[in-house]
Order: sequence, then structure tokens, then C-alpha cells
Amino acid sequence: MSETIPAKERPAVTQATLVKKAAPKSDYKPADVSPQRRVQRSFAVRLWSVRHSRLLEWFYAKFADMFLLLHPLWKGIGYGRVEGPIKFVEKRVKGFMFDCRMCGQCILSSTGMSCPMNCPKQLRNGPCGGVRANGNCEVEPDMPCVWVKAWEGSQNMVHSDRILTVQKPVDQSLRETSAWLRVTAQAATAREAAAAAKNEAASTGASA
Amino acid sequence: MIGRQRDENPAGIHLPLEPLPGHTSRGRLERVLRRGEFAVTTELNPPDSADPEDVYNRAKIFDGWVDAINAVDASGANCHMSSVGICALLTRMGYAPIMQIACRDKNRIAIQGDVLGGAAMGVANMLCLTGDGVQAGDQPGAKPVFDLDCMSLLETCRIMRDNGKFLSGRKLTTPPQLFLGAAINPFAPPIDFRPHRLGKKIAAGAQFVQSQYCFDVPMFRTYMQKVRDLGYTEKCFILVGVGPLASAKTAKWIRSNVPGIHIPDSVIKRLEGAQDQKKEGKQLCIDIINEVKEISGVSGVHVMAYRQEEYVAEIVDESGVLKGRQPWKREIRRDDQLVADRLDSILHDDITETQVDMVKTAH
Repeated sequence: MSETIPAKERPAVTQATLVKKAAPKSDYKPADVSPQRRVQRSFAVRLWSVRHSRLLEWFYAKFADMFLLLHPLWKGIGYGRVEGPIKFVEKRVKGFMFDCRMCGQCILSSTGMSCPMNCPKQLRNGPCGGVRANGNCEVEPDMPCVWVKAWEGSQNMVHSDRILTVQKPVDQSLRETSAWLRVTAQAATAREAAAAAKNEAASTGASA
Repeated sequence: MIGRQRDENPAGIHLPLEPLPGHTSRGRLERVLRRGEFAVTTELNPPDSADPEDVYNRAKIFDGWVDAINAVDASGANCHMSSVGICALLTRMGYAPIMQIACRDKNRIAIQGDVLGGAAMGVANMLCLTGDGVQAGDQPGAKPVFDLDCMSLLETCRIMRDNGKFLSGRKLTTPPQLFLGAAINPFAPPIDFRPHRLGKKIAAGAQFVQSQYCFDVPMFRTYMQKVRDLGYTEKCFILVGVGPLASAKTAKWIRSNVPGIHIPDSVIKRLEGAQDQKKEGKQLCIDIINEVKEISGVSGVHVMAYRQEEYVAEIVDESGVLKGRQPWKREIRRDDQLVADRLDSILHDDITETQVDMVKTAH
């Protein structure tokens, strides 16, 4: 029978289809999708973010500057004390926009605003070799590959070459911490160090 | 030096080779590739047993036809003998294994330990992979680890080799000497990104890459064009993955069930039209080898003949990629052979030799 229908016209049988066929809706069958997939049922907003990656890149740059301007405030209150509320907001905002997983070391600007932690293999350096011909994930046949989207998103961005840098492995000890505050604190330290170096150079120059 | 083959340590076949300038490993595969010879690698079907003979017998089929053997790390997320175990057995017998490391099952602590252990056993080549998802295998309830990804794994191995340090910065007393490999799949989306991804892998430390099964030569040619334009062929040896398809039915099954393998309709049509599909599958593989070996920048082939391992020798022979060269082969050394023959004749021939007779025959 299979010979009568050309291979191209037949829909590709995916794992999800097989499972669905094997188990009627009334059956108890919890394992038909991965736990990760069960948490987020739709990814419309995430895909919107990728499509508007250039806008978000611009916005994010402004936002980071604003956060850095507020550095004295964060320092005044204490980074430890603001961590809680900021994380609460960050988790919800980024969760809504990008399906953020709170890895605590955000690299959205290098991945075309497509969060790489949504990849079932949590790849941070590009797509695996299993991407389906239609651009969907090998693990989740109905989900567009995070990295196919990342490539599309990155090509719209000003810093489109950032996707080519090799990312370090995830530091699991930073999970569930605010990436915004960490980046701000780091930028502030770098700025202070630069200023100190400049002052030192100026003072040695004056004394000489 | 009686019976000594090229790329063999005279003190023993299981020992690493003399270090050469410009080489990062003391293995055979790197020597073959750096000499500019067309390399042939293959994959050992890992046994589901604890018997070392199973590994030896499966490796024996490739004797004298391949330069290195991939020891797979639970490919397709199916449980088999570990790649470290297979490598331990193969290095003992003098073979040049390529130890595959998948990020699916081990975190960075276990992986770095395995890299050191493998290198200590004489494994010169390591192939850094992400690994298939656990849902693909026989134990879908397992915890997917994916602590590192293939890129950070490559970088980790490179740091261990070049800087003599663990990822944590702690020093190694003796760093591993490795030839680092990676996998590429030019046939999966996003196609535009794939050449850049190879560049990333090279930046992370890849010295050779093995590709996914290539059935679509024009597509591969476009990929290679881009790779050459970016200048990556000078920095990295590219081995093309090829393999025989058992039948049109298998090809169709693979196409719809194994993500990442791209089989064009023309291939399936060709197989369907053949009288003997298995033979045609083998011929197709040979034809593809003959086409890809002409593409500039291709340094070798990686023959994956899952459950058809016996065809590897025929495919390599009939495609003529070795050009008369014989890769290292496990054999008895000629002096040992002389002793064995001598003893054999003493044992079985019914002659009593006296010392006087022996002197006479010797002159």
C-alpha cells in the first residue's frame, strides 16, 4: 500500500504523531512531551521577540545604560537587597518575552533574541545536527528550532556577528539570579577600574 | 626493523608514536592527515556485552582498510559498551581509536576525567559531540545532562591540552596530547549558518571534522564552496560521512525517523529501481565517495556502515581512495612469525634434527 503513495505527499511521521496515535486522549499518558515543553504551551511571544530582534537590541542597550546610571542607587540600597525584587520582575518580564529560564547569564544579544536555554539540549553555541528539514526541533517536533530562529533574529540585528563568538559553558551556580544586576555591577566595576587607571596615569604624568 | 609498519612504535604497537613537530597528538590519524594522504575512518558497532572478544572481532573486519576507528558514545542515546571501554581495548591491540565524547550523559567533572583517562590509555583522537537527545534512545526516562555543549567541550579539551589546565584553572601535571575532532552537518537548517558554525568549532579547537551522512553531493559542494571561501579548509581536515543504504525501505525509514539525515528523492528512486537493492546501496556509496573525493578541501571519508560493517573493506577497496596505500594493520611481526613457523615445523613434522644437520642447512 505504501508504494502507491509517493513518499513526498505523505506527511512525515514524527515521534509526537506516533505517540498520539498510540494513546487515545482518555488514556493516562504523561510522557508524550518533554517536561520542559509542558511548562510552556505556546511560543508566539517568543517568536515575536525574534522577529523584532533589532528593536529589542536597541531597547536593551538603552535599558542597560539606564540600569548602569542607577548603579549608585543599587549600591546605596545594596545589591543583595535589590536582588530579590529585581529578579522577581526580570523573571516575569523575560519569561513573558523570551520564555526565559533564568540561567542568570543572559546572552540574548548574541543569539538573535532567541533564548538558547529553550533548546532541549540547552545549546549555547549553535544548532545541533538534528534539526528537521522544516526547521523544527528534533526533540520537540512541533517546536521551531531555537537556533534556526536565533540565526534569523541575529541577521536582523546591528551586531549580527555576535552569534559567532564561542560561549563559555553555563555556570550553574548563577541559576535563578538576576542577569541584569550582575551585568550592571560588572560594568560599574569595569568603569571604576578604568577611571582609577586614568587617574593614576594622570597623577604619574603630573608628577613626572 | 623486521616487520615494522609505518606509524608504529618499534617498542610495541600499543605505545604512542614519536612526537613530530607540528603535531599535537602522538596518533596515527593525525600523521596520515598531515602527510596529505586521503584518510579513511569508520565506526565500530559497540557491543551489548562485557566480552572483549566482541570488540576485537568487530575491529578485525576493518584491518588494513581504515586509519582510525570511532568508538561511539551511546549513539542515538541507546545503551552500549562505553566509548572509554572500547578505546581501552582497541589501544591495547594497537588500533587508533577516535574516542567520541557526548555531552548528554556526563557533566564537566566526569568528562575532564575521561579525557585524561583516555589519553593515558593512548587515545590520541577525541571527537567532541553534543549527543542525541535521550528521547531518541531506549531509555527516554534518563536525565539529559548537557552540562557542556560540543563547542565548550572542544574548548575544554583544547585548554587541557594547550594550557595544561582543567576548566577550573587547576594545573595538570601531564597534559593530554590530543587531536581534536568535531562533527558537522551541512544538510540541516539553518543552512546559511552551517559554514560559520564550522568556523566556531575551529575557533574552539577542532582540528578535524567528520560530517553527517552525505547523500546529496551538490548540496555538499555548495557547503564546501562557502567553507573554502571562508578559508576554513586550511585550518581543519574535513572527512565526509558516507555509508551504504541497505534498501529503499531503510532509506525511507531513516529519512522520516532519524533527524538530521537528508536523503534526496533521487537516491530512493535509484534504490527502488535496482534489482539487488543492497548491492545498489553499496554502489551508490562508492559513487558518492568518488564524487566527494574530488571536491577540494576534502581530506578523507568516514564510512559509517551500521550493521553492514563487512562492506567497509569492499567499499574502500572498490572506490580506490587509498591509492594502493595500506593503513596500519594488526599483524604478527615477521620475527615472531619466523619463530612460530619454526616451532610449528618442529611440532608437526616428524623429523629429528641434529645440530650437525642444522649447520649444514644453514650454510
